[in-house]
Amino acid sequence: AAQKSCVGWQHSTGLLAGHSSGLARGRVVDTSLAEANSFSPSMTISPSSMINQYKFEDEPELRDLFITVDDPESHITAIETFITYRVITKTSRGEFDSCEYEVRRRYQDFLWLKSKLEEAHPTLIIPPLPEKFIMKGMVERFSDEFIETRRKALHKFLNRIADHPTLTFNEDFKIFLTAQAWELSSHKKQGPGLLSRMGQTVRAVASSVRGGVKNRPEMFTEMNDYMETFSQKINVLDKIAHRIYKEEREYFNEMKEYGPIHTLWSASEEDIADSLKGVASCIDKCCKATEKRMAGLSENLLPILHEYVLYSEILMGVLKRRDHIQSELDSKIDALANKKADKDLFSEEIGKLEDKVECANNALKADWDRWKQNMQCDMRSAFTNMADNNLHYYEECLATWESFLASQTVDCHGEEDSEDRP
Amino acid sequence: MESSEAEPSESRPEEDGAAPGSEPQPPDTMEDCLAKKMEITVSEAEKRTGRNAMNMQETYTAYLIETRAVESQNEGQCSPVDSLWRRYSEFELLRNYLLVTYPHIVVPPLPEKRADFVWHKLSADNMDPDFVERRRIGLENFLLRVASHPVLCQDKIFYSFLTQEGGWKEMVNETGFQLKADSRLKALNATFRVKNPDKRFTELKHYSDELQSVISHLLRVRARVADRLYGVYKVHGNYGRVFSEWSAIEKEMGDGLQSAGHHMDVYAASIDDILEEEEHYADQLKEYLFYAEALRAVCRKHELMQYDLEMAAQDLTSKKQQCEELATGTMRTFSLKGMTSKLFGQETPEQREAKIKILEEQIQEGEEQLKSKNLEGRDFVKSAWADIERFKEQKNRDLKEALISYAVMQISMCKKGIQVWTNAKECFSKM
Repeated sequence: AAQKSCVGWQHSTGLLAGHSSGLARGRVVDTSLAEANSFSPSMTISPSSMINQYKFEDEPELRDLFITVDDPESHITAIETFITYRVITKTSRGEFDSCEYEVRRRYQDFLWLKSKLEEAHPTLIIPPLPEKFIMKGMVERFSDEFIETRRKALHKFLNRIADHPTLTFNEDFKIFLTAQAWELSSHKKQGPGLLSRMGQTVRAVASSVRGGVKNRPEMFTEMNDYMETFSQKINVLDKIAHRIYKEEREYFNEMKEYGPIHTLWSASEEDIADSLKGVASCIDKCCKATEKRMAGLSENLLPILHEYVLYSEILMGVLKRRDHIQSELDSKIDALANKKADKDLFSEEIGKLEDKVECANNALKADWDRWKQNMQCDMRSAFTNMADNNLHYYEECLATWESFLASQTVDCHGEEDSEDRP
Repeated sequence: MESSEAEPSESRPEEDGAAPGSEPQPPDTMEDCLAKKMEITVSEAEKRTGRNAMNMQETYTAYLIETRAVESQNEGQCSPVDSLWRRYSEFELLRNYLLVTYPHIVVPPLPEKRADFVWHKLSADNMDPDFVERRRIGLENFLLRVASHPVLCQDKIFYSFLTQEGGWKEMVNETGFQLKADSRLKALNATFRVKNPDKRFTELKHYSDELQSVISHLLRVRARVADRLYGVYKVHGNYGRVFSEWSAIEKEMGDGLQSAGHHMDVYAASIDDILEEEEHYADQLKEYLFYAEALRAVCRKHELMQYDLEMAAQDLTSKKQQCEELATGTMRTFSLKGMTSKLFGQETPEQREAKIKILEEQIQEGEEQLKSKNLEGRDFVKSAWADIERFKEQKNRDLKEALISYAVMQISMCKKGIQVWTNAKECFSKM
């Protein structure tokens, strides 16, 4: 099994929270990415075919961690009803005791994992989780459609983590994938409680509002500006895509009625009955093609756009957290400037904070570059796929109508084909 | 070639009403009919204002009818074009005249008076230029249909409609056709218990009802489909704008996004022409929707003639019976007169003689009338059925052609779609 070569990145969770041992001030951290493969949006859930599903961009990366999320199951207890998903992990990594794991996880567990990752890596871009509820669209909490959409998103979530050069080695991630239910429960109970974690977040947000922007490096201001526009645009795109889906559905509904009228008419006719039935059959086929087109949208473009809507929120949050880390340093520096006493103590603290800031900045910068590349890849593939869908739709319809035309123009009307347009 | 919707309107040489004054004789062959003597077009439409019958100002559209005699090819010279303006109401007057004068003919319908079966982007306003344009085409089609009809083309009122601007209205009214009109024909809901209608006409009436019902259903759904299709295309246009804005913040993706956005705009814009073309297809179907009514009118006329015939026969029978009773003194049927005469005394033999004489005259008249009505009825059935056969062939030809043209339109739409999405795909893949 190939070793992942993550140059410059340490593997333990505690690094960025305060250890200065591995990262002295001034050392340049290599931010080259070990893996540049894109994440293929179309995942099947069959473990055996997973290897073929990954599109490798630059290097044929030998993955050593494969995860699937499938088999949603409903659990009813006296207190609540909830769904668990089966998470299967196959790996060749040494740090895993076994090479295959099968566990059951519920949405809460995913939430826990996400918050642990955010805690450990405040300026890394943690992939988005599907939302708790979907208000618009009025999808019932446990409808099949809702569960399936959620399952796919959870699957993607775990795989994005697995793809991430740093997050993939996170200890909580490993526990999530491997621990039995009771083990996970007891592990969850350790560590800072929910309230204290919430407090951290609140403080982070508050401080950034107050203005941790003072000494913000130009690069991060640029990122901020970019994210604001990107966030706007991706939200609009999401709406547009949903609107198109809705319009296509309405079109499909009308087409369903349109074809059969011709069949009905053919029953009163003799000479033109065949032509009418032919038209009815063409319309029905085009109707089915529309359904396929819609399915393509909902399987591909819609989930990706939605994911990036969530990503834009995450990224704004990451930028804020970075600002907060910086503001801690800035306020300590300010305090030092004011209080002349205890310089030594302060300078040690400031040293640590400066390390922290540098780590955070570097982590974010590297992760940002990686995110942008993935985003570009995902968008390219999602929109290309959408174009493909539409192409197939029109090609199918064209074939249908052309074959009808051929059947009709046997006798007198020689070339009925429209002229080729330039 | 018979008049057809798919062809451009200008070059349709048709024939004219050749001999004014003579009784219209159905020609022996189709060849005699299509003399190709006259080119007819409705070439322009113009908004006019004038005063109506109640001296109130009104706005209406006038249509320019141009006619030109088609010279034989030897001449090689173009004859001058005659033209005159007519408004829709005059077309209506012409048609009503034809309906009354030729009740055995399936008279071609006029394009709709008001826009119907509209989908939301299409205006229901009579003054809307697109509606006016489609109506112009419809009116021209009407004239060509009449001009190519073996019987109708010979009518002098029709000929004057095409050639005589002034005094035409008076001429039509002088024919007194309104008096001949059977008001019962308009009352389509009234039922007449006809005992022995020609079964073919009964079947035909059912067919015309079915045709009317299915075509209106089809047109309604087609309008809704058009509406939805419009929505799908136009929303894609939003991509264009957002891609452009997004491309401003992207370095590598910018070009691909920008050019893809342009193709989305092209896609969104393409639906307008596509649906405009489809309106012409809808108009072709509409013509036959209205033709169904004309078909029904002929069946109705037969029904009424048959009804009148049966009533006349019934009346004759009862008169004969009455006569017999009076002659023989027996009262086979109950009658109030008979009762009163029993109660209040019989009439004198002279009175009875007088009555019998009157009845016998009436019976004589009645028998002659019955004979002529029978003859009329048979002639009507014969000539009506001949025209119905002609109509059936025309309908099958036209509708098949319309369906083919619909397929051609769909093919064109698909090809456009393939082109746009191929281009878009290329741009996306360069992102």
